[in-house]
Amino acid sequence: MKELLLGRLDWHALPHEWFTIGGTIGFILLPLLALAVLIRIRGWKWLWGEWLTSVDPKRIGIMYFIVAGFMLLRGGLDALMVWLQQAMAAGTAHGYLGATHGYLSADHFQQIFTAHGNIMVFFVAMGFVFGLINYIVPLQIGARDLASPFLNTLGFWLYVGGVVMVNMFFGLGGEYAATGWLAIAPLSESQFSPGVGVDYWIWSLQISGIGTTLGAINFIMTIIKMRAPGMTIWKMPAFTWASLCSMIMAMTVFPLLTATLFLLFFDRYLGTHFFTTMGGGDPMMYTNLIWMWGHPEVYILVLPAFGAFTEIVSTFSRKRIASYMSNVLGMIGVSAFALSVWLHHFFTMGAGADVNAFFGVMTMFIAIPTSVLIFTWVATMYKGRIRFTTPMLWFLGFIAVFTIGGMAGVVLAVPPADFQLHNSLFLVAHFHSNVIGGVLFGIFAALSYWFPKITGIRLNERIGRYAFVCWMVGFCLSFIPMYILGIMGATRRLDHYDASTGWQPFYILMLVGGIVIATGVALQLVQIMASFMQKRRLGDTTGDPWDGRTLEWATASPPQSYNFTVIPEAPTRDAFWEMKQRGLPKRTYEDIHVPKNTAAGIYIAAFAFLACFGFVWEITWLVIVSIIGVLAVFVARTFDDHTEHTLTAEEVRRLESERKQRDEAARKQKDTLTPLNIKGAEDMGLLEFARTVLAFGWDVLKNKRWRRWQKQS
Amino acid sequence: MAEAELAERRHEAAYNDRVMFGFWVYLMTDLLMFTVLFAVYAVLHGNTAGGPAGRELFSQPLALAETLILLTSSFTAGLGMIAARRGRKQQVLLWFGITFALGLAFLSLELREFAEFVREGHTLSTSAFLSSFFVLVGTHGLHITSGLLWMAATLFFVVKRGLNAPLVRKLTLLSLFWHFLDIVWIFIFTVVYLMAFV
Repeated sequence: MKELLLGRLDWHALPHEWFTIGGTIGFILLPLLALAVLIRIRGWKWLWGEWLTSVDPKRIGIMYFIVAGFMLLRGGLDALMVWLQQAMAAGTAHGYLGATHGYLSADHFQQIFTAHGNIMVFFVAMGFVFGLINYIVPLQIGARDLASPFLNTLGFWLYVGGVVMVNMFFGLGGEYAATGWLAIAPLSESQFSPGVGVDYWIWSLQISGIGTTLGAINFIMTIIKMRAPGMTIWKMPAFTWASLCSMIMAMTVFPLLTATLFLLFFDRYLGTHFFTTMGGGDPMMYTNLIWMWGHPEVYILVLPAFGAFTEIVSTFSRKRIASYMSNVLGMIGVSAFALSVWLHHFFTMGAGADVNAFFGVMTMFIAIPTSVLIFTWVATMYKGRIRFTTPMLWFLGFIAVFTIGGMAGVVLAVPPADFQLHNSLFLVAHFHSNVIGGVLFGIFAALSYWFPKITGIRLNERIGRYAFVCWMVGFCLSFIPMYILGIMGATRRLDHYDASTGWQPFYILMLVGGIVIATGVALQLVQIMASFMQKRRLGDTTGDPWDGRTLEWATASPPQSYNFTVIPEAPTRDAFWEMKQRGLPKRTYEDIHVPKNTAAGIYIAAFAFLACFGFVWEITWLVIVSIIGVLAVFVARTFDDHTEHTLTAEEVRRLESERKQRDEAARKQKDTLTPLNIKGAEDMGLLEFARTVLAFGWDVLKNKRWRRWQKQS
Repeated sequence: MAEAELAERRHEAAYNDRVMFGFWVYLMTDLLMFTVLFAVYAVLHGNTAGGPAGRELFSQPLALAETLILLTSSFTAGLGMIAARRGRKQQVLLWFGITFALGLAFLSLELREFAEFVREGHTLSTSAFLSSFFVLVGTHGLHITSGLLWMAATLFFVVKRGLNAPLVRKLTLLSLFWHFLDIVWIFIFTVVYLMAFV
């Protein structure tokens, strides 16, 4: 009876170790508490009606940023835990907290680096990238919305389902996959990993991966079909091009991931023999299939970063991008090659010299379009009037780090060299140079570049520079020793090593670097807070704080829900720049179709989540009920013909004039941002920030301000 | 007023255009999922691990019957679409009703085949070959099932609301989906059932 109701679930699943209790508090209870506080302050109606059920890609984009930002802290904590263990665990030094080496048991250590990888790739990088594409692409192509607003909210909530699933093991089950981030078979088969860890892994990736496929289809539809009049495909802004390439790759490879995960699930639940060691199964097939998705996946992440860099370099050098055609063809080339190099992850499989040579050469080819991209960026800066704002600093950091990482990649692409470096820390250092230097710096650059568009407030430049310096210094301290360790022979994922290897100083250096990076992250949080504290001074009432070139700067910051009062025309590249030279078009008003908010996406994702939860714990009735739930909501939504309402021209006129008055009032408050005032001389520094926070805290205490708040609410 | 109506119609046409394109993209993603299953079958079909091979299990007449039923259902779905374009509600119900019945017949034949294998003790976990066979053919069957559910829901609303523009659009997508499954089946028929006897 109990088994029928609860499957594998029982009391032992509740948290009882220090890390599961800590994780439950930190990653389950604290977010719930934050949500409760938010509801207490702003009300459930506001949260549900304006945000959670919103189909506005701008709001969904912001929600992506919030979730991904939170997961960045979570994944970063994992990284620090790994580094701390490795710095401690040399030789026979005795362990702490019941561990033989360091302070983590071998199994727990494995779970941490697995979770770190999954979280950073799926829930941080993917989250930020999807958030950016959501927010920026419709604005850049002069569209009011995405092709299917419903698929967009559904995709977002499936992503959130994956995020919840990946943190869920703290509260129920107490173990995550200990298999590495790709759960290579046969290790991930039930024979070797019988617990729920791998099941949590499968279903968190499955549900967010399906969300990604839906998102990719939606963005392709949007970019192909909804561009402003005049914007032919060769006039699209670079970020839109990058997003299109990235989404076409996502649409191509995410179905592979879905299929592969299903096969692994069948192996574990139904006893099939796809990747098992017995019954004719073929474990190497899993490695092939997962890397056919896994390799393009990192390019899916880095391409939007490339696109953002193109926009940033062009804007802050005040020049057109040097050779737009080469830039775009470079991005297309990268995405085309990326699909045919997966085997370089396992040259040691023994596929033979010919196969290895083919994939090695293909891998080296990728360096060509990538170099073309780098040259177009550098050429754009040449003789430009460069403004060294923080987005530009992130870009310069990216050029240095990414180029080093890329060259290390070419070394790894040579099969004989790879046989030496396979699974060593050299590989890990290469990978992190590219995903931190490329993807993460790209995301930071893009976020600080578009922050005024998204919030209406420019980010604090001064603290931003401190954060950048911390990141760069921390990165070098962490990853240069990692390259060296790799060449010295240290393999990846070691939870302890012999003291005679002489590796410990390097591991300690890596930990120090990690702490410096963590300081950088803390500074970024301070930077955001400080910017909001100075929001009057840093507010953007023009909509175009950087003297931008593309259409997203042609509308207010933040834009109205319908983006543009009139769909702009884009007869040239850099359409907004040309518009500014020739004079802005006169403002008219027209009726606008606006999609209604819908909760169907949340309901479907919730049922899908419950179905996955049922699979993890083998609760059959829950799976059946949830799947029926998914189908029922889906049918109800599909056959609902009233998903739009119309804003009349009169209403639009009223909204616009209200907006204008608000902007006028803000402008009169002095010191607002003008295109030339971006050096950050008047941004508050760290001392002033600390003083302001302390003064505020003191004021709250002295005047008992919380009582007044209570009365107000 | 006429201008507003024109704008409305343009809005509707643009929406249709986007949905059609998006659905084609979706079909491509689904096809890629099948590609993986086909590749897996191609790799594993020889790994019988002491169990039976396809030659000993499959019945050619049954596979041929399934194929003919599904091809015919694709044809009737096409006739249904012609009727839908002309706005003939009764004909739409008739042709799609026949399509539904044929789909159901296909599904029951397939399930009977599966049940027979299982009764003889040849299950999913017998060998890698049978795992990949059941999953490839079963995934197609699952698609047929969801197609049938979708068809039932759409026809229900056709009866209830009449043939309005959104429903004609949904029928178009449905028939695309149905033809797509037909094409996938042709490959299954060839790769799984015919090549087992080569």
